[in-house]
Formats: sequence, structure tokens, C-alpha cells
Amino acid sequence: MLEVRNLGVWFGERQVVAVDALDLDRGQMLGIVGETGSGKSMTAYAIAGLAPGMGARVEGSVKLEGRELLGLSDHELRDVRGRQIAMIFQAPISSLNPVFRVGDMFLRALRLHGASKPRARERAAAAMRSVALSPDLLRRYPHQLSGGQAQRVAIALAVALRAEVLIADEPTSALDVTVQAEILEVLQKLRSEESLAALFISHDLAVVSGICDTVAIMHDGKIVERGPVGRTLRHPEHPYTRELLAAVPRLNRPEAPGA
Amino acid sequence: MTAVGIGRVVPRRGFARRNPTLVAGVVLLGLIVLVALMAPWLAPDPADAGTATHPFRVLAGPSSAHPFGTDLVGRDLLTRVMYGARISLRLVVEVLVIAGLVGIPLGLAAGYFGGHVDQVIMRITDVFLAFPALLLSLAIAFVLTPSVTNMTIAIAVTWWPWYTRLVRGEAASVATRPYIESCRTLGVSPIRILLRHVLPNSITPVLVQMSMDAGGILLTAASISFLGLGAQDPTPEWGLIVSQGAQYFSTQWWFVTFAGLAILFTAIAFNLIGDGVRELLDPRRVISR
Amino acid sequence: MLEVRDLVVRYGPVVAVDGVSLSVPEGPAGLGLVGESGSGKTTIGRTVVRLTAPTAGEVTVGGVDAFRARRAALKAYRKSVQIVFQDPDSTLDPRMRVGAAITEALRAHAIVDRAHLAIRVGELLTSVGLQADHADRFPHQLSGGQRQRVAIARALAVEPRLLVLDEPTSALDVTVQARVLQLISRLREERSLAYLLISHNLAIVEQLCEQVAVLYLGKVVEHGRTTKVMTRPVHPYTRALRAAVPELSETLPRPQTRRADPPDPAEPPPGCRFHPRCPLAIDRCRREEPVLREVDGRLTACHRAEDSLAAE
Repeated sequence: MLEVRNLGVWFGERQVVAVDALDLDRGQMLGIVGETGSGKSMTAYAIAGLAPGMGARVEGSVKLEGRELLGLSDHELRDVRGRQIAMIFQAPISSLNPVFRVGDMFLRALRLHGASKPRARERAAAAMRSVALSPDLLRRYPHQLSGGQAQRVAIALAVALRAEVLIADEPTSALDVTVQAEILEVLQKLRSEESLAALFISHDLAVVSGICDTVAIMHDGKIVERGPVGRTLRHPEHPYTRELLAAVPRLNRPEAPGA
Repeated sequence: MTAVGIGRVVPRRGFARRNPTLVAGVVLLGLIVLVALMAPWLAPDPADAGTATHPFRVLAGPSSAHPFGTDLVGRDLLTRVMYGARISLRLVVEVLVIAGLVGIPLGLAAGYFGGHVDQVIMRITDVFLAFPALLLSLAIAFVLTPSVTNMTIAIAVTWWPWYTRLVRGEAASVATRPYIESCRTLGVSPIRILLRHVLPNSITPVLVQMSMDAGGILLTAASISFLGLGAQDPTPEWGLIVSQGAQYFSTQWWFVTFAGLAILFTAIAFNLIGDGVRELLDPRRVISR
Repeated sequence: MLEVRDLVVRYGPVVAVDGVSLSVPEGPAGLGLVGESGSGKTTIGRTVVRLTAPTAGEVTVGGVDAFRARRAALKAYRKSVQIVFQDPDSTLDPRMRVGAAITEALRAHAIVDRAHLAIRVGELLTSVGLQADHADRFPHQLSGGQRQRVAIARALAVEPRLLVLDEPTSALDVTVQARVLQLISRLREERSLAYLLISHNLAIVEQLCEQVAVLYLGKVVEHGRTTKVMTRPVHPYTRALRAAVPELSETLPRPQTRRADPPDPAEPPPGCRFHPRCPLAIDRCRREEPVLREVDGRLTACHRAEDSLAAE
């Protein structure tokens, strides 16, 4: 469904992303894992069409359902964004306009994409329930929500817009671990119920391994390893992947002083 | 996690290509400074910058002997304008130095210590800020006998509160940063923290503001002299010359014009430098590699 | 070595720390403070180094009361406890060379005389895995991990007896984190260091601390030997925390908390603070606040501790 080929992103003369190929199918969750400077976030922004706004130059091909996204005019992109590609960020505040009530934001977004007012209200309420939030929260302002609630609202918005692809850039990194577990459960449910296709970008390999089917490990702008999560965990091929796996602190290690 | 944001991409090679505004301003100001420094040697009639009078060439138009013409007592205007540069530049520097020496320490103290210290300093600052700068300068200049020195003091008195406010904001923000907290837990003395850590990290906006203020200070000084409350004859201050020549504008246009242009170009030079400095220190600049 | 007794820290309407007692013995020793946002763990750390003043309670290091000491005693206190902060980007003055920052620490307590300053700076830098010539660099010329090492070197420059580490590796990449944790472990042995490790990451705490205290909304809910607490947690919150940690496997962490509105720190729930989210909550939990008591070789504050343990 989403096909990325030879994606290159430059800031001036410095190349930050050199991704040869990336594919995402309906109902699939692909995790992109990397450390600082790996280019994982810029890859996501490039796919969502946000890179030029940051002063970056993008080359290559990003096709959604066969339609080329790079090089689309702002007008055409606005149509794609929201309806076909939705994005959520590490700080949910980035997705939620602080001067609007949450519900109003839903209505504006949905009506922008052609829904009537009553239909929009229905879809908003249904989307909130699908992320286990009460539709009453639609009356609140973003600052009246907790981090976990705000992030769920951002996901709900993507669901309400019936986006085909959700790009999530470190969606749980700023949340407490217990809240993270709840958000991941929500995403898991959406995946099975609504066949949500998602790109999950994270520095946390453990989180990605739990929720994604396939994973791509990025280092220095390139994808160094990709494959099904299970295989990558058990039989990593690239030395960087092995280094990453070894570095993740694990619970209940016998040689620790706490043991 | 890479921080992403909107950046301005600038060419890599050549300081001049990267900072055209700043370079233009520096070049222009450089010329003016050069003229000011060399005035005693370059000016046709240095005595005309003082009390000399020449009754036989009163209000003469521009000529090869007097490219800017002469004024109402026959003094060569080119000389007077050149000497005027010395006065104006020196005034701007003195105002900035005085306002800085008063305003910056107060702002640092207010921002770093907060609490009562902050309250007291900010209330004093508010009092000064409540007056429009020009009016306050005029009032002070009026009370003190009009002269360039007193005008300098008057302008500096109205200018320092802006720097206090600016520095206070920065200092307050710096005071909460972990490296300052580390200094506190390490037991570094507060004076040292203020001078060695808070000051260097709070000063940039003030420097930018100062470079942008230079033009405004020049114009304020010219205005005060124009109104007769600043430089007095025979001091060849530009504003004063404009004031003297105003009534002759329709017939002896040169009297006003060249001094006026001098003010204009110097102010432009300062403004270009101010903009250039601001652009140079813009944290969102991305230098293409 | 470190004794915190009935510490209460209030910020306006919010009671960030509500009656916490804990201790860290002489080194080598490590106590982990574990909790999520709003738990009060960072506040406790800051109070120990006197960056925050307590509303009530006592903090003593080596017998010296942190908030009653004056002049010489205060100076000595400052020398005995140091802190390493979370963010490597703001922990060093960007306008100061790294060597100068360490020198400043050395001079604040006259650790060595002038002639030996540079040598000591070099020694400190090498002891944290950097090179002596890094002293001439500015922070922006170093990586995040290197900056954090400098921060550690600076803290160790005054030869403290206790180190407070506030999320020292949370802002670092995982590969860098692993190396910094190794460094802390090595320094612990070399210098018989005692530390208070504040972290939301259970695995790190397990790696470096023999004892752990789990905090929720300003109170200690479980406190004991790390192995015990991590492998067989008693308090339902500890269980939920442990279960929520994502592991390198294809299974998702299962949330073990009931869905509830996140607690308002200014108005914590009555009775046991965890009760709205606790799967084992009963009526008593809503009314009566549980007291810390000993269950299965550790301290815990839960009315249903025995049931919780049995359910494990």
C-alpha cells in the first residue's frame, strides 16, 4: 500500500536519510528503530510530506496506493494529509491546537474532509470510544488532558479521519511506562479491529518488538536490517542490530548487584 | 531524538555571502568612522567646526571650495558635517556604555535572585519606562543646562531600563538551568555564578538590542538638538545644524540637506548592523555544508 | 550515610513528597528510587542536595543535617553530596570549556592546590573514560554520552560520599546508556561510592542498586531488596509497573491497572492513593490509608499485600 523507494533527504549538502526501500501493507505495523541521528524521524517526515517545510530537500519516490506523494502541491497534499496519512508526534501537544476544545478540532478536521456536522459528531464519538476514552472528554481543552489522554485523542483523530496510514513518531516516549502500556494496547486493538496500517518510529526496540510485525533498523540514514520482528530478535544479522540488542537493559539479570 | 524545526539555509562559503546585511552595515559605518577619525586632516576648514565666522561667504551654495556650502555665519558645512560625525558616534557609544553599565547588572540581579530584589528593581524600572523616552530626555536635558554631555546623560537615563528588562528575562531563564544548579550544589559563590555563568549566557539578546538601538539613539540625539535642548552652537552636531538650517530650506537647501543625509546614512548603517547581528545570531540558522 | 526521615515537600497545593523515609548505607551501596511522573522521586533527590527546601522532615548525610548546617558545616555538606542531572545538553555551561567547569568544582572546595589543578582535571577525565585533552573542548564539541561523563567527573571532583543520580541516562541513546551504566558500576567499586539512583527504568535500577524504593504520588509503596521487589513484587502498583515494562519479545506488556482518570497531585484520592487504578481495591482501600509494614521481608503499604503476594 505504501511504497517508498530511494528516498533521500538532505539538509543543505548533508544527507540525513538514504532509504533504499520501505513497504507497508494494510493491517501491518512496521517499526523503524534507530538512535539519535539515525534519520528515522526525518524519514517519517519525508513520507508525510513535512520535510520541505523544515528546509530539507527530498528526492525519491513515496507512493500511496500507487499515487506519488513527493512533489505534490500544497493543495493536493492537504487532501492526502489527514485523510490518507495521519501523523502523531512525541508530544501530543503538537497535534492538538491549544485554543480549541478537542471536540471542535475533530469537527473542523472531519468537515474539512467532507463530513456533515452530525456525521462528524458521530464519528468523533465513535473514534473516542475506540481508544477507550469517554466522548465527554471532547468538551475539554488540550491542557486539561493528561499526556496519555492527549495521545489517545491524537490517535482517535487519525481513526476518525479514517486515515489509511498512521505515522507515529515516538508516540509513547514521553509517557509513563504504565500509560505507555495502555496506549500500546489501544494501538494493538485498532490494528486488529480496523486493519490500521502504521509506521511506528521509536528508539525503543522493546516497545517496537511488542507491537510491530516487521522492523527496520536504521543507522546513519540507512536501513541496516529489516525483517519480521521475531527473526530479527532471535537471529540478528547486522552487527549494529546486535549491538542494539545487547545494550537494552534487561530485567532480572543474575549478575546484577540487585540479585 | 533529533530535534527538527524550520531552518534558514544559508550558503557556506564566504562570510560576506552569508551575512550581506551585516557586511553592508559594517562597510557603511566603517566609512563614517573613518571620516570621523580623519576629520582634523580631511576637513577643508577645521576652524569652522568651532567659533570661526566668515561674514563674506555666508550661506554660499555648494562649490569646489565648499562642496556642502556654508552656513549662516559662513562656516564650511562639509567640515561641520565631518566633525559632527565625531560627536554623534561618540555619543552613541557613550549612551550604550552607560545604559549597559547601569541596566545590565540590575537586570542580572533581578533575574537571578528573584523575590524582593526582583520586585524592587522592576518597580524602579517601571517608573522609568513609564515615560516616553524622548519626553524624559527632553525634560532632563532641560533641567540640566543643554549641552552634548548632558544630552548624553539624559538619553542614557531613559535607555537603561530596556536593558534591565531584557537581561532580567534571560537571567531568570538561565538561573533555572541545570548547569547553574550544579554550581549551586557545588558551592560556587553567587558572585562567581553571576559573572562567570549567568552574564555570558544572558548577554546575547542585549548585544543584539544594542546594535539595533544605535540608530534610535542617534535620532533621539538629533531630535533633542533640533529642539534646542542638546548641543548648542558652535558645536557642529547634526541635529543642531538641521535646526539652524530649517528656516532656510526653500532657498538655501544645502544647509539642511547634507546634515540630514548624514543622519540618515548613519542611522541606516546602524540599522543594517543591528539587523545583521540579529540574523547572525539567529539560532535557527542552518549553514549548508 | 544518608538518612531521610518523614520528608514532606509541598509546592503550593501539591504535596510532592508526603512522609518519605529512606536511607543509604556507606558505600559501595545503591538505593534506587523508582516511580513515574508525580511520584516525587526527583523532588527527593533535589532536596537531598538542597536545591529544594523541605516543608517538614529531616535529611542528614554522615550525621550532618542538610538544612540546619551553617557556614563551615554547610560547606562540608555540599562537599559530601553531589548530583548528576538528566539532560546532558544543559548540565554544562555551553560557554565554558569542560576542563574549566571541573576546575571550578575543584577550586570551590580547594581540593588540590593551584599547581596540581590541571593534573587532577586530567585524572578525573580519564577516570570517567574520557581523555585528558578533552579538557579544552566546549560541551557542544562532545557527544551526549561524553557530556554526561563530564558531569559525573565534575560531581566526583569534590570527592563526595553520596551521589544523587537523577535519571542519568534517560536522555541518552541506548548504546551510550549501556556504557555510562558500566562506568557508574565501575566507579562504585573503585571509590566505594554510595548513590541514590532515581529512575523510571526498572532494569537500570536492578542493574545498579541493591535496595529499591517504589514511589507513588509522594509516598513509598514498596521498599526492599531489589531482587525481591523486582522478581516477586508485593504492592499492586509495583506489579503493574513491572508488568508494563516492554521486553524484547513479541508480546506486548499487559496493563495491570484499572482505567481511571489520572490522579490530580493537588487532590490525591482518599485512602490509598492507588485505589482508583488498583485491580485489588476493596472498600477499606477507599477509606483508610495503608501504613508501611513488613511483608515477606520488605516494607509495603497495602491492605491486601498478602492477597497480592498470593496472586503472583
